[in-house]
Amino acid sequence: MAERVHNAATVVFDHVTKHYGANEAKKGTLGAVNDLSLTVPAGKICVLVGPSGCGKTTSLKMVNRLIEPTSGKILLDGVDASTRDVIELRRHIGYVIQQVGLFPHQTVEENVATVPRLLGWTEEKQHSRAAELLDLIGLPPAKYAGRYPSQLSGGERQRVGVARALAGDPPIMLMDEPFGAVDPIVRERLQNEFLRLQEDLAKTILFVTHDIDEAIKMGDLVAVLQVGGELAQFGTPAEILANPASDFVAKFVGSDRGLKRLSLYRVDDVPLEALPTGRVGEPSAPARARLLAHPFEYLLVLDADNRPLGWASLSSVSMADQITADMAHASSPHLDRRTTLKDALSMLLDATVQVGVVVDRHGGHRGILTVDGIANWIRAQTPAEPAQGSR
Amino acid sequence: MIEGRPLIDWSWIASNPDDIVERILQHLQLTAIPLIAGFAVSLLLAVWALKRPALYTPVIAVSGLLYTIPSLAAFAVLRPVFGLSLLTAVIPLTTYTLLILFRNIMAGFQAVPPDVLEAAEAMGYTSRERLLRVQIPLAVPLMIAGVRLAAVTVIGLATVASILGDAYGGLGQFITEGLQQLFPTKYLLGAFLSVVLAFGTHMLFVRIEKAVTPWALSRESAVG
Repeated sequence: MAERVHNAATVVFDHVTKHYGANEAKKGTLGAVNDLSLTVPAGKICVLVGPSGCGKTTSLKMVNRLIEPTSGKILLDGVDASTRDVIELRRHIGYVIQQVGLFPHQTVEENVATVPRLLGWTEEKQHSRAAELLDLIGLPPAKYAGRYPSQLSGGERQRVGVARALAGDPPIMLMDEPFGAVDPIVRERLQNEFLRLQEDLAKTILFVTHDIDEAIKMGDLVAVLQVGGELAQFGTPAEILANPASDFVAKFVGSDRGLKRLSLYRVDDVPLEALPTGRVGEPSAPARARLLAHPFEYLLVLDADNRPLGWASLSSVSMADQITADMAHASSPHLDRRTTLKDALSMLLDATVQVGVVVDRHGGHRGILTVDGIANWIRAQTPAEPAQGSR
Repeated sequence: MIEGRPLIDWSWIASNPDDIVERILQHLQLTAIPLIAGFAVSLLLAVWALKRPALYTPVIAVSGLLYTIPSLAAFAVLRPVFGLSLLTAVIPLTTYTLLILFRNIMAGFQAVPPDVLEAAEAMGYTSRERLLRVQIPLAVPLMIAGVRLAAVTVIGLATVASILGDAYGGLGQFITEGLQQLFPTKYLLGAFLSVVLAFGTHMLFVRIEKAVTPWALSRESAVG
């Protein structure tokens, strides 16, 4: 994917207003939008965040004209969306929603190939595109292509939803609480996977959430909206955390801004520590020597593929001739390099052994991270200008 | 019943296979035509009501009213107009299917999850593509359940069509003639075969329902 020309468009909201008449307002939950102006540069993730009724979903749906604005314009690469054919427009904008909305009567492959089919691609091209995307989202096509949505887990369904939205290689993606319906652990993983995808894809993404932590984690830019559809603040996550523009934003961001700032950084940003490790099958003596030379009392046991199995005590290492898998006690969390420091800290505090093992995407060991390590590193950062170089 | 004669005269059955097959075919015709016509009308009405939800209530009211007309009365009223023709039988039988079919087709459409419809719209389906590729396929299980119910109902009602005489009478003809001739073999056979036909049709549609929805792991039909 790296050599691909990135397909992304600038999205501009130009004084966009949506009012609902008395009749429509009665129907329910849609929030109005009042004079919204903001620019999302091509290839960036802009998160629209705010309490319910703040108009964030309405704003999103005006981009693909599921909702038409009362006044104002939305420009996609400079072209007014209202002047484009609505069907053609939608086929070039990816759309992911919380309930996913997969077609239950179609297989995973048919679901993913929806937009290519609508665009009139050949069967062969539809098939290869679906396979490519299933690979990309980590669902091997040989296993998943022929399944029906009812045969997938919640997390798998969400991944297929993302693949379906990407299938036509749209320059813009709209995502409405895309990870809202899965449990926190799966959500964290899906967020990380999506950020990894976005590094290669560099789409322009509008992302709606009510969760400020998710906004800080996912957004290059964050637009905080308040009830009535007013834009309360628009900026980078770091700016919003450091300098909330109003009492509303400060309250919405929460009194634990210091803690939330941890969400701006990822495990990847912190220099990892090394601890003595031993590989299964290796003789004990050299491992024991390494362990004795180090203040930490446990040896991290790795399997043949460098994957951490757990901790072995000095005494168990001393008693055996060689390192074995059963001397390892798995009791510390594994951290992905994209996990935010906030989540990492939370996982560490929950664990019996407060040492996190950082792993790469194949589960291989990269180093360890401790609560002290996080605290020392964060102290070294000046609060006013947190590094945004993480992505 | 005539003394000395057995209840079932097997030799009569054995010597009249052509008659029996013909009556069964007539009965199937009396069932299939109203079903197909009723389904076509109901589907059109349902698609229309999907676009204009205000139509739902009046369509239910009218088809409900038609459903209350006694079948014998309907045949009697239509007979001076269409004579002893197939049409006289088929028109009332068709109207009886409308209530069941329209209600089930609408229930099928209403069972399509709103998020699926929204996704289809957002991905750039035209409303026609959405109807053909999403709404109708997803409504199929409840549609078939409706057809199953309607088929069984029509098979029962079609026995009354025997008043139309020999040409279109179906299995009801056996029942009527058997009762008139005090010949139990005939009316028992007519009754038995119409029950078998109804039950067989029911089983057939239950199987079709399962076969055409491989995507539904376990699905309870809401109506029927």
